[in-house]
Amino acid sequence: MGSLILLALLVVAAGWLIGAYNGLVSLKNQTLNAFKQIDVQLKRRHDLIPNLVNSVKGAMDFEKSTLEAVIQARNQAVKVNAAGPEAIKQISQAENALSSALSRLMVVVEQYPQLKATGNISQLQEELTSTENRIAFARQLYNDTATLYNTKQQQFPTNLVAGVAKAQTADLWELEDQAERAVPQVDLSTKPKA
Amino acid sequence: MTDEPSLNLFQQQEANRRRTFWLMVGFVVFFAWLGFGGDYIYHLYTLGAPRRAYHHDFPWLGIGLSLVALALAWYAYKTGPDKVLWSTGARELIDPTDAKEQQLVNVVEEMAIAAGVPRPRIWIVDDPDPNAFATGTDPLHSHVAVTRGLLDLCTRDELQGVIAHELGHVKNLDVRLMTTLAALVGAVALMHDGASRMFRPGGGSRDEGRKASPLVLALLLVWIVSWILAPIIAQLLALGVSRKREYLADAMSAQFTRNPLALASALQKIEGAEAPTTHIKRGAAHLCIADPLGRRLTEHEGLFADALATHPPMAKRIAILKGMGYAQLKKEGGAIS
Repeated sequence: MGSLILLALLVVAAGWLIGAYNGLVSLKNQTLNAFKQIDVQLKRRHDLIPNLVNSVKGAMDFEKSTLEAVIQARNQAVKVNAAGPEAIKQISQAENALSSALSRLMVVVEQYPQLKATGNISQLQEELTSTENRIAFARQLYNDTATLYNTKQQQFPTNLVAGVAKAQTADLWELEDQAERAVPQVDLSTKPKA
Repeated sequence: MTDEPSLNLFQQQEANRRRTFWLMVGFVVFFAWLGFGGDYIYHLYTLGAPRRAYHHDFPWLGIGLSLVALALAWYAYKTGPDKVLWSTGARELIDPTDAKEQQLVNVVEEMAIAAGVPRPRIWIVDDPDPNAFATGTDPLHSHVAVTRGLLDLCTRDELQGVIAHELGHVKNLDVRLMTTLAALVGAVALMHDGASRMFRPGGGSRDEGRKASPLVLALLLVWIVSWILAPIIAQLLALGVSRKREYLADAMSAQFTRNPLALASALQKIEGAEAPTTHIKRGAAHLCIADPLGRRLTEHEGLFADALATHPPMAKRIAILKGMGYAQLKKEGGAIS
């Protein structure tokens, strides 16, 4: 009888172990996948920028420096090819610089109504808004998933299996400064005309 | 607000899978009861008939109805999304032709990223009343449809909130349950109509003056009542199943967009547009973000409204979303605008 109870307890413990282990592995893969999604969206932005610059170049000879800042930041961001624990910091630094360069460009475009009047620009503006949103939402999903993963591997009793599942604290994607924080507000002011 | 829905997501999905399964089982069992019950009554009725007369010994009605119900349930599950979309006259948006459509495509893609689901197929219902719904069987096979009125009325932020709400339904598999239910409600109505025609007096009534026993009469009564009640039960199920889900999808929308106030103002606009969404019929009403029939019932809570409305009161949903929005603003130290 005693051995039967022991056996039952063992089975329950083994079941819990398997569940906790698989849960952690699944969260880990979700985190990795969410990180890849950011990459996909960043790549999309890099591809979009040359088009954007080309279509406004002719119309705005007067804001050369703003355009050049965007091109430079873009090229800088494309070059970053880091891996390992430092990757997130390096990538986010370059991308944040690009984000603020782009938001300055958006502000400039807003200031010249004759620029906005051409259909091309408002289309590009929508594209750019969407691209910035995609990156923001991909980061948000990554941060949410990574937080869930981090919490899970630190909480008792899941932390007992964290070592076995090779769980490591995932870095969150952080915003650099207040200026970057304000970017979505600038973007979202491009409300469609009713 | 952030962690709660995602922690419960797996349970939500599991519950929806289970409910869809039992809904289909219940559907088949109900029709089996109608069929075999009818057989049994007919069997008792013909028991005392003369030797040469017809004796109903083989339950062909029960077997037939069960098979038909099984086929219907399977068919409803498989083609539910197509049927729902077809019934609303939606057209798929593949190549966006104007700025608004391009914006819709972009917003749907953004929210699919936020929700971490594949991009659903996008449909437009050419109806001036603002409304939206989602359908599908799982996140890989899902559809989001909005009316033209919604596109014209909402700002980008508001559209985002609405689409996020619909993707909330997709992600926690509400769409599977609600679409199957819509298809089954349609199937019940269809079978009911067909059967009423079959059993119309004069068709099979061959009363030879034989007296039926009280037992047979009682069974017959219960059986007939079941037939009459079938579509009503199906309707009530559709109503009950959708109300609580709206609050949950609103919360998920807030989680995806981090902007509950935008959805609140979208709901206000949808509420403010008085006209019913004429393209969306009763059968798909419970799939929509707001009651397409524009029923006054959704304005109150209470016993009557709880039993008959497909949607929770709009005012309460808006109040909850605003509460979330203000709590968020307070936390960030921003000003309440």
